[in-house]
Amino acid sequence: MIFRTFLFALPFMSLSVFAGWDDINMSPGATALGQEIFGLHMTIFWICFAIGVAVLGAMAFILFRYRKKEGVEAAKFDDSTFLEFTWTILFALILIGMSIPATITMIRAYDDTEGDINILITGHQWKWQYEYIEDEVSFFSNLSTSLDERNNLAPKGENYLLEVDEHLVIPTGARIRFLITANDVIHSWWVPDFAIKQDAIPGFVNTGWTQVNEPGIFRGQCTELCGQYHGYMPIVVEAVSPEEYKEFIIQKKEAKLQQAALTEKLWTAEELMAMGEGVYQKNCVACHQVNGEGLAPVFPALAGSDIVMNDKARQIEILMEGVQGAAMQSYAEQLTEVEIAAVITYTKRSWGNDVNGNGEIVAPKEILDYKTNKL
Amino acid sequence: MSAVIESHHDDHHHGPAKGFSRWLYTTNHKDIGSLYLWFSFIMLFVGGAMAMVIRAELFEPGSQIVSPEFYNQMVTNHGLIMVFGVIMPAFVGLANWMIPMQIGAPDMALPRLNNLSFWILPAAFGVLLSTFLMEGGAPNFGWTFYAPLSTEYAPPTVTFFIFSVHIMGASSIMGSINIITTILNMRAPGMTLMKMPLFVWSWLITAYLLIAVMPVLAGAVTMMLMDIHFGTSFFNAAGGGDPVLFQHVFWFFGHPEVYIMILPAFGIISHIIETFSRKPIFGYSSMVYAIASIALLSFVVWAHHMFTVGMPIAGELFFMYSTMLIAIPTGVKVFNWLSTMFRGSLTFETPMLFAIAFVALFTIGGLSGLMLAIAPADFQYHDTYFVVAHFHYVLVPGALFSIVAAVYYWLPKWTGYMYDEVLGKTHFWLSFISVNLTFFPMHFVGLAGMPRRIPDYAMQFADYNMIVSVGAFLFGLSQLLFLFNVLKCVYYGKSATAEVWEGAKGKGLEWTVDSPAPYHTFETSPDLTKPQTNS
Amino acid sequence: MSSESSYYVPASSRLPIFMALSLLLFVYGAGYTINDLGKEDSYSHWILISSFLMMWGTMFFWFSEVIKENDSGMYSDQLNTSFVHGMSWFIFSEVMFFFAFFLALGYVRIFAVPWLGGEGEKGITNILWPGFEASWPLMETPDNERFPGAHHNMSIPHISKIHTWLPFWNTLCLVTSSGTIALAEAALKKDNRKAFKLWMVVTLTLGYIFVVLQSVEYYEAYAHMGLTLGAGIYGTTFFLMTGFHGFHVCLGAIILTIMTIRGFRGAFSEHDHFGLAAGSWYWHFVDVVWILLVLVVYVF
Ligand code: HEA
Ligand code: HEA
Ligand code: HEC
Ligand code: CUA
Ligand SMILES: [Cu+2]
Repeated sequence: MIFRTFLFALPFMSLSVFAGWDDINMSPGATALGQEIFGLHMTIFWICFAIGVAVLGAMAFILFRYRKKEGVEAAKFDDSTFLEFTWTILFALILIGMSIPATITMIRAYDDTEGDINILITGHQWKWQYEYIEDEVSFFSNLSTSLDERNNLAPKGENYLLEVDEHLVIPTGARIRFLITANDVIHSWWVPDFAIKQDAIPGFVNTGWTQVNEPGIFRGQCTELCGQYHGYMPIVVEAVSPEEYKEFIIQKKEAKLQQAALTEKLWTAEELMAMGEGVYQKNCVACHQVNGEGLAPVFPALAGSDIVMNDKARQIEILMEGVQGAAMQSYAEQLTEVEIAAVITYTKRSWGNDVNGNGEIVAPKEILDYKTNKL
Repeated sequence: MSAVIESHHDDHHHGPAKGFSRWLYTTNHKDIGSLYLWFSFIMLFVGGAMAMVIRAELFEPGSQIVSPEFYNQMVTNHGLIMVFGVIMPAFVGLANWMIPMQIGAPDMALPRLNNLSFWILPAAFGVLLSTFLMEGGAPNFGWTFYAPLSTEYAPPTVTFFIFSVHIMGASSIMGSINIITTILNMRAPGMTLMKMPLFVWSWLITAYLLIAVMPVLAGAVTMMLMDIHFGTSFFNAAGGGDPVLFQHVFWFFGHPEVYIMILPAFGIISHIIETFSRKPIFGYSSMVYAIASIALLSFVVWAHHMFTVGMPIAGELFFMYSTMLIAIPTGVKVFNWLSTMFRGSLTFETPMLFAIAFVALFTIGGLSGLMLAIAPADFQYHDTYFVVAHFHYVLVPGALFSIVAAVYYWLPKWTGYMYDEVLGKTHFWLSFISVNLTFFPMHFVGLAGMPRRIPDYAMQFADYNMIVSVGAFLFGLSQLLFLFNVLKCVYYGKSATAEVWEGAKGKGLEWTVDSPAPYHTFETSPDLTKPQTNS
Repeated sequence: MSSESSYYVPASSRLPIFMALSLLLFVYGAGYTINDLGKEDSYSHWILISSFLMMWGTMFFWFSEVIKENDSGMYSDQLNTSFVHGMSWFIFSEVMFFFAFFLALGYVRIFAVPWLGGEGEKGITNILWPGFEASWPLMETPDNERFPGAHHNMSIPHISKIHTWLPFWNTLCLVTSSGTIALAEAALKKDNRKAFKLWMVVTLTLGYIFVVLQSVEYYEAYAHMGLTLGAGIYGTTFFLMTGFHGFHVCLGAIILTIMTIRGFRGAFSEHDHFGLAAGSWYWHFVDVVWILLVLVVYVF
């Protein structure tokens, strides 16, 4: 009976290994390092597989062959120094065999020379910030899958939970070095195709590098538990030709200038409200919820909040500085002046917060003033 | 047994006191063993129910039944309860029952301390579970509680979590002191160290590990407490500390901890295999040396859980090599078990079935562990379901199966009644099939890139997750059979003989006493220097 | 001394369950007290205090019971050996508790602080903390606004000023007391009760002087040196390591005080004085930890 089970179990296990390879095995890698690690993985896997088959096979044989039979006595032997010595040596040899390719790959993965392009990656609860150090371009990358999809109210797209509003764009053919850190808790930046998984540790910097030769889109996720929305901070890297990359950087720089101009513009309440709603949906709902009720006790309600209704100065300060020791972080860098002004206006005028009825708005200029005064 | 000891309390000889207070005040190793085992059984259902919530949430992509926040609380408490509330107490319970019987001692060395060690456990877990009702919710930072998620960013209940970990630690330390002392000081005359049953050996070494590492865990949570409430900066770079320091301290405890959860299993499995093979264990002394070397090595491998934190390369290589070395003594054990069965006369009663499944599936879990030990490959495996698959293979069909096997194996000795063999075999086959259905596909989704500790996942993982969930429900339901079988045995079982198993002849002192074993097994130790006769 | 030849297994006992209850109370008391720190209208500390009372009460009865049982000759040699094993392994567990803190200090000094300061394999970290330089004792932290650093540290001064350095006197006290307690034990073994009492009193005095000096040092640190728990990792490790050590000295001193009182009341004999021996091992352990601590916390 036992024997039959193992006969049944073995093919079940091995079969599933061969079925639909892509869905069930590691990414073969889109970079040299990725491919090398994939190769290492397969080597180790086959060795372990062979050991497994040998051990389980031997066991199945023993179970069948030496089941209790009428008139057959069990043997009496209880050790054999020779055998034990032999298999200890055998194990040691196998292990040495495994450690050689592992060591070589390890050394290659740790090659830490300077890159052509250095990108500082900062993990925040629950989004990634990318900063192109040489070009002084910086932006945030948020999950863009809609709440409806997540709540099963809309059909799920192909890249459900793996899509973001801003891709990390890198040029092909260049050596990119990532400097990885975090702002609050530990996150981990993982893109399987690059075989990079580096923990983002607040206050410390880890490094990783990659060089992609073919254009493409590569997806990954945060892999260190970082709080409630840990499952919702994906990574999308887009490799483009060097020309397109240049274009991308120029665009980003121009956008920055445009933002500055927008700050000077006179905004109407409606414009701010419209923009503010968008900003709120993207950045704030995670904690303060769509209806502004927050999630007691950790995330306070903004609806009916004294600060939101009556203390403009303090609210600006909270958004610009964050609250020390709480999940409420500074938005000074993530959002533009306009966006901050808009979202504050939005919170002041939504959910019945406009009790004073004076239709108070916060102008981008005020945020700019706050910034300049601080300097 | 003869030689009645002088006692000032007359209930001493007759057996247990009556009523509930018996369990509160008891100093008897068997009572305390039963308390531990029942406690761990109950916690298995509590922690298992949490696993069911996890699997229900992961049944399909999309938000299903719980919020992400509550999901994290489930994962955290599932891990904590299974590790500290199920596996460890169950092994301590088995130690309490079996060690005095196997070494011919009158009881545990320090009986009152023994009672205390048990009763603070329900207190610790009561506190932990009560955090679900408190403001801020239960701990949600994973069973490994990495700082600063567990310090600066933790819910206020973390304070209670910290103190309850202290209490669990105190329980383990006191329990282990008791076990070590019993083993070293209370053996029957003639039972030299190298004649001790392997279960006793495995516990001697486990207890040593526990005393060595539980205080380190206490240190880790104390540092957290100070960081949270008293302004220190152990885990805060702004003050010169390092969040990774937490991980080093934690895993210095944590890795030996996982061997704490498997070494006693090695002991149990050795006994069961030799009994049902009707042969002596193969390579007794190499078994002992293997356990000892696993324990020693376990102190220098901890950072294999931290290959991705950005260690200097020398560290990565060192921890990779040292981890791989553990495969040698473990392999020796597996091969010794095979050799014990080789040319034996095998029968397949329920304990043996579980033991065989243990050897087979633990090997699979061990081999995936070896893959994880390959540092550069672990860059890809780390914090994915591949790791979840690895550790469930060593913990569920590993540690948990060994406990189930031990219960079936010794239950007749404890209660005096046989369990229902048909029910037992049904329980085994259902468990065996569903455990593989649950945990094997996890390897695939892990390799394909599904991270751990997420309440929702991308579409390509959907199919296998559904299989896993179905397997998990089936496995959960099968455990109800186990409960039923134990209860049926206690209340309606057929009487068992002293030797219980045909192959148990000459396999240890516990088989020489009546079934059920008398309340006080050996009031004076049997003298093993004289030739033994089986009763 | 033992008249029993068999191992004494106490009948059921109420003591442990009370101890477990007081620990339960302790967890809730301590948890709520700490979480309520700074709240005016909190009663939680009363839970904590009552848990302590219950714990001490239970311990008192527990130890009296053990002493009574021992005096009535119920303990065999074998059982006394159990106590010896038990106490040794308990001390081993304490050693490992301190080990965690030594590990932390070592890690911080060898890795974390240099990395933050731009040295070593992860020196690139310094881009996050421009201007921060690694040094030990760490007087300027990476973020001086949150963790203000210390103004002065406790390091060993020039050898000519050693007498102004409290840890020097502390070390002297503790090392000497380790010797005097050995003398006390030796005297007891020779049944010289007078010498025994004398040496116990000397030991205790030295122990209490240590505690007082240590308090003075803490006071100085907080009042004049800007060295606090919140000063950054130097203050953190300094206070936690010396603090837990000090706590153990207090424990040891309490144990020894009780032993001395019992000694004065005629307890212990030449052969049977496990309580005293255990206290004395504990005291030696505390002494050894101190010496290691002086080396890594104050000197190097
Ligand atoms: C009972 C518990 C248990 C046991 C016994 C083990 C055993 C082993 N574990 Fe496992 N492990 C865990 C419980 C356990 N583990 C847990 C709980 C985690 C996750 C913690 C968390 O993050 O939450 C974990 C995580 C974990 C990691 C970290 C993965 C990551 O997070 O990235 C690693 C990496 O090295 C690892 C390795 C190993 C190895 C090499 C063994 C070895 O001891 C296995 C040795 C056995 C064999 C190799 C098989 C038998 C041998 C032969 C048949 C001989 C022939 C073989 C050869 C010569 C190769 N384990
Ligand atoms: C010894 C330890 C142990 C044991 C026995 C188990 C048992 C199980 N574990 Fe768990 N597990 C861990 C230790 C253990 N686990 C640890 C340490 C973690 C990591 C935590 C972390 O990341 O912090 C983890 C994490 C973990 C995860 C990953 C979660 C995540 O990362 O997001 C999952 C997911 O499937 C899982 C599933 C299961 C299942 C289905 C069982 C089943 O085997 C459980 C079966 C038992 C029962 C079900 C109970 C008995 C029956 C009933 C209660 C009757 C009712 C039944 C029904 C209604 C069906 N476990
Ligand atoms: C990661 C979670 C999180 C996000 C995202 C977040 N907040 Fe907060 N917020 C908090 C927390 C936590 C507090 C409470 C801080 C405290 O006082 O302890 C808070 C407090 C506030 C307060 C003060 C409320 C009061 O009454 O005390 C305002 C106003 C506020 N947030 C606005 C915003 C806006 C606007 C956004 C989006 C741009 C935002 N928050 C995004 C977590 C968050
Ligand atoms: Cu960020 Cu997980
Ligand atoms: Cu490990």
